[in-house]
Amino acid sequence: MTATGRQGETVHVTRKSRAFARRWLPLCSLVFLVALLTGCQLDTAQSTTVIAGTHNAEVWNSYRVIFWLAGLVFVVVMLLTLWISIRFRERPGVSAQQIHGNTKLEVLWTLIPVAIVVVMAVPTITSIQREAQGPPADAIKVIAIGHQWWFEFQYPDLKINTANELHIPVNKPIAFEIRSNDVIHSFWVPQLAGKIDMMPGHVNSIWFAGTVARPEPYLGQCAELCGLSHANMRFRVFVDTPEDFNSWAQKVKSATPAPSDSLARQGQEVFQRSACIGCHTIQGTTAAGIVGPNLTLLGQRTTIASGTIPNTADNLFRWINNSAAIKPGSLMPPMGQSAGGALSDDEIRAVSAYLLSLK
Amino acid sequence: MATVAGTLAHQANTGVWSWITTVDHKRIGVLYGVTAFTFFCWGGVQALIIRTQLAVPYGNVVDAGTYNGLFTMHALTMIFLAIMPLGASFFNFLTPLMIGARDVAFPRLNALSYWTFLAGGLVLSSSFLFGQPPRGGWFNYAPLSSTQYAPDLGIDFYVVGLLTLGVSSLMAALNFAVTILNLRAPGLTMMRLPVFIWMTLIISFLLILALPPLTVALIQLLFDRQFGTHFFNAAEGGDPILWQHLFWVFGHPEVYILILPAMGIVSEVLPVFSRKPLFGYPAIVFSGIAIAFLGWAVWSHHMFTTGMGAVPRTIFAANTMIIGIPTGIKIFNWLGTMYGGSIRFNVSMSYAVSFIALFTIGGISGVMHASPPVDTQHQDTYFVVAHLHYVLVGGAMTGIFSGIYYWFPKMTGRFLDEKLGMVQFWLWFIGVNMTFFPMHYLGLIGMPRRIYTYDPGLNFEFWNMFETIGSFVLAASVLAFLWNFFTTMRKEPTAPNNPWGAPTLEWATTSPPPEHDFDVIPTVRARDPLWYDRDHGIEAPQPTGEHIHLPPPSYYPILIATGILLLTVAPLTHLAMTVLAVPIIVYGIWGWALEPTE
Repeated sequence: MTATGRQGETVHVTRKSRAFARRWLPLCSLVFLVALLTGCQLDTAQSTTVIAGTHNAEVWNSYRVIFWLAGLVFVVVMLLTLWISIRFRERPGVSAQQIHGNTKLEVLWTLIPVAIVVVMAVPTITSIQREAQGPPADAIKVIAIGHQWWFEFQYPDLKINTANELHIPVNKPIAFEIRSNDVIHSFWVPQLAGKIDMMPGHVNSIWFAGTVARPEPYLGQCAELCGLSHANMRFRVFVDTPEDFNSWAQKVKSATPAPSDSLARQGQEVFQRSACIGCHTIQGTTAAGIVGPNLTLLGQRTTIASGTIPNTADNLFRWINNSAAIKPGSLMPPMGQSAGGALSDDEIRAVSAYLLSLK
Repeated sequence: MATVAGTLAHQANTGVWSWITTVDHKRIGVLYGVTAFTFFCWGGVQALIIRTQLAVPYGNVVDAGTYNGLFTMHALTMIFLAIMPLGASFFNFLTPLMIGARDVAFPRLNALSYWTFLAGGLVLSSSFLFGQPPRGGWFNYAPLSSTQYAPDLGIDFYVVGLLTLGVSSLMAALNFAVTILNLRAPGLTMMRLPVFIWMTLIISFLLILALPPLTVALIQLLFDRQFGTHFFNAAEGGDPILWQHLFWVFGHPEVYILILPAMGIVSEVLPVFSRKPLFGYPAIVFSGIAIAFLGWAVWSHHMFTTGMGAVPRTIFAANTMIIGIPTGIKIFNWLGTMYGGSIRFNVSMSYAVSFIALFTIGGISGVMHASPPVDTQHQDTYFVVAHLHYVLVGGAMTGIFSGIYYWFPKMTGRFLDEKLGMVQFWLWFIGVNMTFFPMHYLGLIGMPRRIYTYDPGLNFEFWNMFETIGSFVLAASVLAFLWNFFTTMRKEPTAPNNPWGAPTLEWATTSPPPEHDFDVIPTVRARDPLWYDRDHGIEAPQPTGEHIHLPPPSYYPILIATGILLLTVAPLTHLAMTVLAVPIIVYGIWGWALEPTE
């Protein structure tokens, strides 16, 4: 063998790096552990590990097995690599054993991954089979349609059409019909269910029941790149008690109340004579556009701009004035005069008041 | 050497013209390597901007459109302009040397591959100069790629760029398949081939078979955009799912095209620095073949959430899990190679060993989302981003760095600095894990991919900042490498023929090798020929002084590549450009065909 000079230098370097590792490794590990313990909370608002729906529960039937198996393989391979690296590093007077292979060993470590794969496949395939059976007969039908960049929800049996905030009764299976109006989107509420793509030209389906009723919404988000404002395409799912759901559904179906105060009345008048009605529907009024989200009972919603900002008078003003400033690429043209639209600030304020009054 | 009329003389080996007309596989390898590493740095800059944007919630370093362009171009740059051609750089430089040949089978075609690659890379990258990068992700799903939803030139840059790069890869793949099958030295049977050469052969076949479906999809998209056809337009009877099938039938084998060179590299490095032969050579070779073969039957695992039926989901899940078996065999065989060895941990070996660890992490997460139910929670989240970066950065790039440190003395006659190399290695290893490991967690708690902004309060803040810091550690590692490279290149070449005591043929010739590679074509008597000759006291044969025929330099490859470049510009400007481009290509092929080879 040649170049022993280089070899000497290498040994020197490794010895030095070993000293370096001795000094810094404990500190680094400590920092890492502290970060791990403080930073890795699992029950966060959009976490897939919180199981609040039947579909996610089904996912975790497989996931739990696979997660721990993966963890086991990870630990074994890492420890093995580390141990071999330390145990067989070059030492003076010890030369390498010239082994070409070992059939028994190789058969063994072919069988180990085979076994792991089989254990993973069993819950996976049973889960696929269960899902293929489709929703229970008593499921409520909801049509979810992806638009650039918002979600439309129709309840064909209840004759309800709403947007970006979905209400479902707890423990009641919901059979979703999944569609898209333009490009591919993906329908995903991590705590309730895995995702399903919204494909133009195809009708997909998914079903699940929310199992935990609570006043706070479950967060949903589009998971397939769908253009400029993909990041701003979110929605919320409220899993209500049956009573809350029924009262919500009744309210949406009944005629919209006439605005009570004068500002809101003025807003309604502006709304009706402006471009708004070309795209938006407000049930019980002449506004019947279908391009943009249905605004019936908008005052009841907690957010606007497809789940990205709270539903307040100020935010509504900003949105109507120039929606693209909040959601880049927004297909709603700027309505405020300052942004090139037709409405004055006072008119926008009135429209905002009108929309907020729709409760 | 006599110069026949109409042939370029073998000139002095310096000057720009000598590089432009070269058909020497080693020089083309260097061209590939330098170009690809430049693109790698450019892709890294894009990544740093992406990470800076995501460091805090509501980041406002770039706007949404620029961000979408950045992550699209980051992927395209790293996949097609950095990792693939870095692999090609090794194939070019090493294949003839490792099989005991004097060049590849088609030296001018090899030059044409490089120049076409450069043309495609420049066209694709120039999209940023015109402010119109593709913004639809590297997978470029229809119908977001249609003129309706992407009216600017971004997608056209994507189409012509990838078509050109595909032509380049296809030519290179055919060349290497023919070279390996036909130009092996006497005694170098298939089961004595170095594993790196086996992987090159497998990748060549993957490319030959994977590029046609991509080309079909790209031509359909070109027709949709240029001539108003409706292949992917659901409203007119087309189907966006068609794009996904065609793209992933290419896209999944592409993953193996990216990772197999690194597997080949570490299969060479591990035995040399463990000072023992590769453990289970046949198992490693056949696992590589099995991975490549099964790689054709798993493409729809990228589409589990598109609403496929239960049967295809079951089959594609099963196939995907089965790929974990040969992959596991490889990992255990590499560990078996180290076991019982006398391991010298220099920079190359450190990279090779960390490849095993990092690639294993990427492999494990890959098998995790082989399960369709689990994938419905993984798909399009940062968990997948973690997975693919462990495979491509922790796997492919780590393996490539191992190869660079290993073969650098052979390529240049110089040793990269080991001390600086160790610093670079640790920065790399720490950087990879800092940047990509927390992405598993972020995916698990529901952070989607390809979002330019996120809200505070979802617990995304801490680890995103942590990852951004990690990405700058990675950048520091690359800077340390560049510093190492430039300072090393100023030193005198000192490397002997075989500084590492390696067993393969490239170490039988000088460092760097002469233009004709070997004075005498070596004869191979065993799987590790130089170790066999050493142990059996067989001396290297003496040069006989016979005339060695080498192909003369030629300017036709770059001429044809220029024609191809003009052809690609046509859909971006005016289709009339083809009138200019086609005559150049035809003239180039004509001249090429009639060019004397003596």
